[in-house]
Amino acid sequence: MPELLSVKNLKIEATSYPPGEPPKVVTLVEGVSFDVAKGKVLGLIGESGAGKSTIGLSALAYGRGGVRITGGQVLLEGQDILTLEKNGIRSIRGARVCYVAQSAAAAFNPAHRLGDQVIEASLRHGIMSREEAKKRALYLFRVLGLPNPETFGDRYPHQVSGGQLQRAMTAMALCPNPELIVFDEPTTALDVTTQIDVLAAIKHAIEETHTAALYITHDLAVVAQISDDIMVLRHGKTVEYGTTKQVIEAPREDYTRALVSVRQTKRDEATDQTGAQLKIEHISAGYANGFKVLHDVSMHLPKGQTLAIVGESGSGKSTLARVITGLLPPTEGRISFEGKELPRALKGRSNDELRRIQMIYQMADTAMNPRQTVRDIVGRPLSFYFGMRGQKKTERVKELLDQIEMGSRFLDRYPAELSGGQKQRVAIARALAAKPELILCDEPTSALDPLVAEGILNLLLKLQEETAVSYVFITHDIAIVRAIADSVAVMHRGRLVRFGPKSKVLSPPFDDYTDLLLKSVPEMEIGWLERVLKTRRMESAGN
Amino acid sequence: MMESGPLTGPVPTDGTADASHPRSAEPTGVPAKPNPAANGEIAGTFWRRFTFRRPLAALILQRLGLSVGLLFAVSLMIFGGIEALPGDFATTYLGQSATPQAVENIRKDLGLDKPWTERYVSWLGGAIQGDFGTSWASKNSVGEQISKRLGNSLFLAFFAALISVPLAVGLGMLAVQFRNRLPDKIINVISLAAISLPEFFVGYLLIMFFAVKFGIATFPATVYDSMSFTERLSAIALPVATLVLVVLAHMMRMTRAAILNVMSSAYVETAELKGLSMFRIIARHAAPNAVAPVINVIALNLAYLVVGVVVVEVVFVYPGMGQYMVDAVTVRDMPVVQACGLIFAAFYIFLNMAADILAIIANPRLRHPR
Amino acid sequence: MNLRSIPLSAWIGIAGIAIAIFCAVFAPLIAPFGERDVVGDIWLPAGGDFLLGTDNLGRDLLSRLIYGARTTIFVALAATVLSFSLGMLLSFTAAVVGGFTDQLFSRFNDLMMAIPTLIFALVVLAVLPQHLWILILVMAVLDSTRVFRIGRAVALDVAVMEFVEAARLRGEGSLWIIFREILPNTLSPLLAEFGLRFAFSILFLSTLSFLGLGIQPPAADWGGMVKDNKDGIIFGISAALIPGAAIATLAICVNLVVDWLMKRTSSLKGGRGDA
Repeated sequence: MPELLSVKNLKIEATSYPPGEPPKVVTLVEGVSFDVAKGKVLGLIGESGAGKSTIGLSALAYGRGGVRITGGQVLLEGQDILTLEKNGIRSIRGARVCYVAQSAAAAFNPAHRLGDQVIEASLRHGIMSREEAKKRALYLFRVLGLPNPETFGDRYPHQVSGGQLQRAMTAMALCPNPELIVFDEPTTALDVTTQIDVLAAIKHAIEETHTAALYITHDLAVVAQISDDIMVLRHGKTVEYGTTKQVIEAPREDYTRALVSVRQTKRDEATDQTGAQLKIEHISAGYANGFKVLHDVSMHLPKGQTLAIVGESGSGKSTLARVITGLLPPTEGRISFEGKELPRALKGRSNDELRRIQMIYQMADTAMNPRQTVRDIVGRPLSFYFGMRGQKKTERVKELLDQIEMGSRFLDRYPAELSGGQKQRVAIARALAAKPELILCDEPTSALDPLVAEGILNLLLKLQEETAVSYVFITHDIAIVRAIADSVAVMHRGRLVRFGPKSKVLSPPFDDYTDLLLKSVPEMEIGWLERVLKTRRMESAGN
Repeated sequence: MMESGPLTGPVPTDGTADASHPRSAEPTGVPAKPNPAANGEIAGTFWRRFTFRRPLAALILQRLGLSVGLLFAVSLMIFGGIEALPGDFATTYLGQSATPQAVENIRKDLGLDKPWTERYVSWLGGAIQGDFGTSWASKNSVGEQISKRLGNSLFLAFFAALISVPLAVGLGMLAVQFRNRLPDKIINVISLAAISLPEFFVGYLLIMFFAVKFGIATFPATVYDSMSFTERLSAIALPVATLVLVVLAHMMRMTRAAILNVMSSAYVETAELKGLSMFRIIARHAAPNAVAPVINVIALNLAYLVVGVVVVEVVFVYPGMGQYMVDAVTVRDMPVVQACGLIFAAFYIFLNMAADILAIIANPRLRHPR
Repeated sequence: MNLRSIPLSAWIGIAGIAIAIFCAVFAPLIAPFGERDVVGDIWLPAGGDFLLGTDNLGRDLLSRLIYGARTTIFVALAATVLSFSLGMLLSFTAAVVGGFTDQLFSRFNDLMMAIPTLIFALVVLAVLPQHLWILILVMAVLDSTRVFRIGRAVALDVAVMEFVEAARLRGEGSLWIIFREILPNTLSPLLAEFGLRFAFSILFLSTLSFLGLGIQPPAADWGGMVKDNKDGIIFGISAALIPGAAIATLAICVNLVVDWLMKRTSSLKGGRGDA
């Protein structure tokens, strides 16, 4: 008996149109083969650009934009769906194979009610009557734990939250009773505390309905909770393919090993945390429309140490960074640096005050002017703050490039000619050029491949040792906090929830939010999800 | 000479709405998104509560208020702006050789000796009731002339719209259907050429062929009161054809872009991945979302049509508003120029407002607030 | 930049513009007759001594067309350059300074744009004396409202990028931010916009001249030549159509180049998004 889905030697290509050059054919996926048995879940894991979404969509014989499947077979119960004509493919899509997109907010039609969209495929394919479909939708809304399942379908997509939309999209995929569902990063756009609920709902629903699934994600810890098998992809090729247990507990390849044990960097926190180079006192801030983002936030950072600010999106952590830089003047409170109060707004600060606090951004792509070379980018702070020019400036730029482990051959490259990790290193060099005393790091590693991110973190630690620079490190990743912080501030909805030395903040007794946050971060461990859900249920039973 | 005051002033609600309100929300965006954390901080003024509870009505009221304010500001600009420019009307009126005494007399005759604010108020007051004063050149009532000619111009614009709108939308959909294939490319090149043609060139080309060479159309396109409806239609055939050609390319290109935008959205992909038929995808998933931008395109191009009328009327010697205005400008007949300018601007503002409001109404986020 | 990647349509456009500019620059050398010389009977047909025939006063049409290129291109270009400089300066200032300045400029711009350009021009030209520089100025000011709108949008797009924020945090002044950080990243779309404005200026100037409010006779300009010869149309004399065709051809050529520039810009953006 054939497997439910059997992909053999898949090759996928696309045509790219680089400006000023003739079009080029790029191979996105090559030589990928896997099987999914009935009722089983295969996790596809890889960084962005690894080709995992493209592979997922090939199970529906679909290529996005100019993407074409040019080789191999996609067998659904032994039948190659790539050879089917239009109507044959249509009878599979939305009936036997369904798709859950990363952004449900964009994938739902804003003009129609959720209920109608959920049952549409079942009706159109003649799988069930309207009454049956409505009943099934109601059942699925219940299984997925949606609020007010009876009336949920009457709402419009913009009237429900992101986590609920993602669950509604899962209901939409499950409704026609498909044999296979392709989940394309269904929880990536969600906050960790929301992600865990959606993840649990999806897992529960898959088990209830005995549907097979392709689960695509970049987070190995997430996929470990839900899949039976795992395939690791990189640059469109298979790195490793095995059972979840084997991949998580005994990875064969270096790349997988790096993914499994992401943070090897470990640093003990400083014992003396008494001084305060940066002192934030009772800061409140908001936007011009009167919307308040920060409420009475206070924290401090001793010289040469690292303060990690953790929180989900909307917690105000990035806003706090803007307040420190002076981009957003606070409405109340004061910030002092080296014992002297900083002017609230950027305009009021002297060049020397600006020089001493530098910033590194999450997206190095947008943080560097694409029309300037590395020489210009790193050299500008030198001439701006120190009046360096000519040979002297070039020498110093070279020194800085050596310091970030890149070397002078990059001097005349444009940002577009650098890899993601190299760009972030140049951004660090630009900050270093100002000889800063404090660097604000706004999620500098979250857009990078785990291996590359590791390198950047190590570089930052090395630089701290060499130059005694302090870091304010903004992140949503608890693992990074554990790795590099001396002190930690946890933020939630614009308020400071918890602040202190790392060892204290990250160990019990916890406040409710920190507890929830720490428990929601997926761990690289099979069975973690069940364990957490059990303790949660016990807690809520206890209440 | 002009402040932005009237722009933000007249919002027909309560006095507490502060001046920045009509602009605070994006035209098609979601107004004042209430965040659960900030609920306590939303000031409890009536306008804010109204915006929160009935965002659709609030936005439409804002648009209406804005347009009235804009029209008011435009009237001030057309009247007051002209006052501020150099050049003396009385000298213009009499010619350079006039004696100072004659100039003085004529200033008094025309009321130019009064302060301009006083004249503005009486002019605006009259304009609202349809009284635009007396023409300097013909001594006729401007309002009377306009009422006749405005009808003629609208007659012309109406038929141009009647033909061009379905044609443009149809061709736009055709281009989308055959996207990046031959029909699309042909339509693209032709429409690119068409937007580069001056109206008068198209007009004379049509006259040359259809009126002079083949003799199947009439030129000049004069209409008069005793004409029957069909006679009128045949008279305006060529001007309408010119207007259609001029406005069609623009409208079609914009329609194509609007539909393509919807077709490349994620929810159309979702529909495709549900295995729906192409017809159902277009009719059920693309169309409801494409209607708003397409209507917007149409309204904007109708506004353009109002202006296109000016040149076309001159080419075809058609007795409408445009020709009236151009003639008045040549002889510097200021009351006529001001009246025509105001009316054209009013149509333009009105159609732009209609486009905005239709886009707001078509937005499901605003029609079904949380 | 690779010359081979320029499509045929853009080459046609570039060639057309080059011919027009050549005529404009060397008009006295290549024109067979003088701009204002009456050389023959009125409305002579094409052929013989007069390649394109003569006009309503018996002047050589080809010579006037060549001289007309000079006036039309000069005035349209001057107006475009002026409107562009003005619009860019104000829009970039608004985008970079923000706050009240931005509000003031933007609202005033909305007001200017609430009146259709042609109507506005008619009202203003009715009052002002007829001088070439006034014509250019009026065209430039009216057109700069469009430039302001697009310039502000483009500048804001770039101004919210983090490298501009980084420059601000460094303490750079507005001039550095405008000229070193923002401008180099907006050149491509602005170049396309410049072409678009130029094409519009040609059409707008021709329309004004045709209505008798643009270039004043006896100077030759294409729109005015259509006006001069329009009465011949009913007699089947195509003299008015020749300058009309010249205007259309030049505008089409400019638009072909603009179309290519715009496609190039959008593919540049797409390229960045994919990376």
